[in-house]
Amino acid sequence: MKAFNVETGIVMPLDRVNVDTDQIIPKQFLKSIHRTGFGDNLFDGWRFLDEGEMGKTPNERQINHEFVLNDPRYQEARFLLARENFGCGSSREHAVWALMEYGFRAVIAPSYADIFFSNCFKNGLLPIVLEEEKVEQLFRLCGGDTAVSLTVDLPSETITLPDGETVGFAIDPKRKVSLVKGLDDIGLTLAHKADIEAFEQTHRRNMPWLFDRLTGEARGSE
Amino acid sequence: MAARTLYDKVWDAHVVGVRDDGQTMLYIDQQLLHEVTSPQAFEGLTLAGRAPWRIDANLATPDHNVPTENREAGIEGITDLIAREQVETLDANCRRFGITQFDILDPRQGIVHVVGPEQGATLPGMTIVCGDSHTSTHGAFAALAQGIGTSDVEHVLATQCLVQNKAGNYSVRADGRLPEGVSAKDLVLAIIGRIGTAGATGHTIEFHGEAVRALSMEGRMTVCNMSIEAGARAGMVAVDDRTLEYVQGRPFAPSGGRWAEAEAYWRALVSDPDAIFDNELVLNAGELVPQVSWGTSPEMVIGIDAAMPNPADARDEGQADGIRRALAYMGLNADQPITEVKLDRVFIGSCTNSRIEDLRAAAAVARGRKVASSVKQAMVVPGSGLVKAQAEAEGLAQIFVDAGFEWRAAGCSMCLAMNPDKLQPGEHCASTSNRNFEGRQGHGGRTHLVSPAMAAAAAIAGHFTDVRALS
Repeated sequence: MKAFNVETGIVMPLDRVNVDTDQIIPKQFLKSIHRTGFGDNLFDGWRFLDEGEMGKTPNERQINHEFVLNDPRYQEARFLLARENFGCGSSREHAVWALMEYGFRAVIAPSYADIFFSNCFKNGLLPIVLEEEKVEQLFRLCGGDTAVSLTVDLPSETITLPDGETVGFAIDPKRKVSLVKGLDDIGLTLAHKADIEAFEQTHRRNMPWLFDRLTGEARGSE
Repeated sequence: MAARTLYDKVWDAHVVGVRDDGQTMLYIDQQLLHEVTSPQAFEGLTLAGRAPWRIDANLATPDHNVPTENREAGIEGITDLIAREQVETLDANCRRFGITQFDILDPRQGIVHVVGPEQGATLPGMTIVCGDSHTSTHGAFAALAQGIGTSDVEHVLATQCLVQNKAGNYSVRADGRLPEGVSAKDLVLAIIGRIGTAGATGHTIEFHGEAVRALSMEGRMTVCNMSIEAGARAGMVAVDDRTLEYVQGRPFAPSGGRWAEAEAYWRALVSDPDAIFDNELVLNAGELVPQVSWGTSPEMVIGIDAAMPNPADARDEGQADGIRRALAYMGLNADQPITEVKLDRVFIGSCTNSRIEDLRAAAAVARGRKVASSVKQAMVVPGSGLVKAQAEAEGLAQIFVDAGFEWRAAGCSMCLAMNPDKLQPGEHCASTSNRNFEGRQGHGGRTHLVSPAMAAAAAIAGHFTDVRALS
């Protein structure tokens, strides 16, 4: 997983509530068997006027100039500012892959849907939860003519604004460690292999009907 | 011990321990796999040189992008070569690791959330995961069933554990009885309309109350299925006689002495009477009318007797903007009655509403009637090959065909339109699926979520109509 420490870059405001993962990456791109190749289709339905399909490159497409992602000011955006319940809907991790491949390193929003939130931490995309009024303050800051650059410091849990003001955010300390160090999540669990095996033995004793069951043809009886 | 909820009990029975970073490792009894969210997980496993922890805890079937026509051709019938590669990849991974799969030609193939319960693979008290947010469906069996991302699919394959923090408890109690013509789908749409799509974020919902107890297992699956549309990763219903009657005798369910042992444990899978919930919604099911979604989020739902909202009545500018945006996308006007909405297509299917009971409800409306000539296409897509066979044996398929519906093979189909079944830009669809997001059923498509009976009634009338007035 990609580690997150201190990142500086432009923030792109996406002023919509309930942005669902179908919008972040539409279904026609989920046919891929790879983890890469999604960045060009991030927000495809909003970003382009024509219908997207796998294999079409952005320069073959009709750009929707009304959509913020196509605003020249935000071409190098590293942070995405959004409203509540960001990432709702489908569990597709492709949404996180698309955001990261496009170049986003963090999302800033008042709240997230649970599965998206969890998927972020598996890939090193930082989902910052910020109080509604602070999010509003950032949207106001983005209302000017020039793009706003922020510095996000995960170890100190702060966002530094262009005028030097810092805004604090909180993050689950249990999730922070892995993100700062970029640890292998599966490796962390497998370090407890003996615990899992011990639990499994007891579990099998308590609920034997949950074991030796889905292999081969379904059993008619014991 | 303190009083516990059903969720607390299933959670407690699966806690392996706490990882070094402080997160809880939850043991997973069953993982369901399909073609879209598993290839990268198997690839990750292989790249890291890891093997699956427990093969017998996995069951796979392709569903998302299988075509619903020309299925005799099997894999060769998938004309989209990229989609075909994905289904072939699932075949290859299952063969390689020895995972049981109901492949595209297997009569048991179907939507993974229909297949699991149908086969008795899903059992009460289990922890279940799948790389699909509608895994919550299985909570109808008092299982803790959650949708996960692909990294977690790999994680569970490798460790048999899901690492997470425990969620809160949300009680949704539906008192009274659903009136005739008002179904489980209407109940869950009404719940989402009340609490919103983020209403239960961070919680597991337990659905209870007289109206829930009165639901069939199919109805409970419909309700739990859409927990995620209320923000909850999991929804659950306590075990009762109906749960056990459904499970008993199914192919993967225990039998004989093992059944008796299991039953004794399963009977205790109910919340303690004095268990405390962090949040609560109480509604009177007896007052509900058939529901129709009008906008681009499942919370944008109204009764069949109502009209579109007006942005002027919104509580704040943010909500007004949301209503305006949704009305514009849907091509509808403020204050317009929902019955004025004309349908181009009708879709009866999806993991929400493609079980035998759903098809019976739709067929009861379609019987002896004809799909309106203004409707370009009305299709019925059964949830599994076995549901399809049963519906054919019961004569339901013939009723649909006689009425002018297309009768298709099992799969996710137009719920998310990854296969060839999709809407054209601007088309309105009465759909028994679960999401009305922009473009969900096809680029520019306009989805209205309804029950199977309401979808059939809309197909006959050519516009939304109260199914209770038809009969």
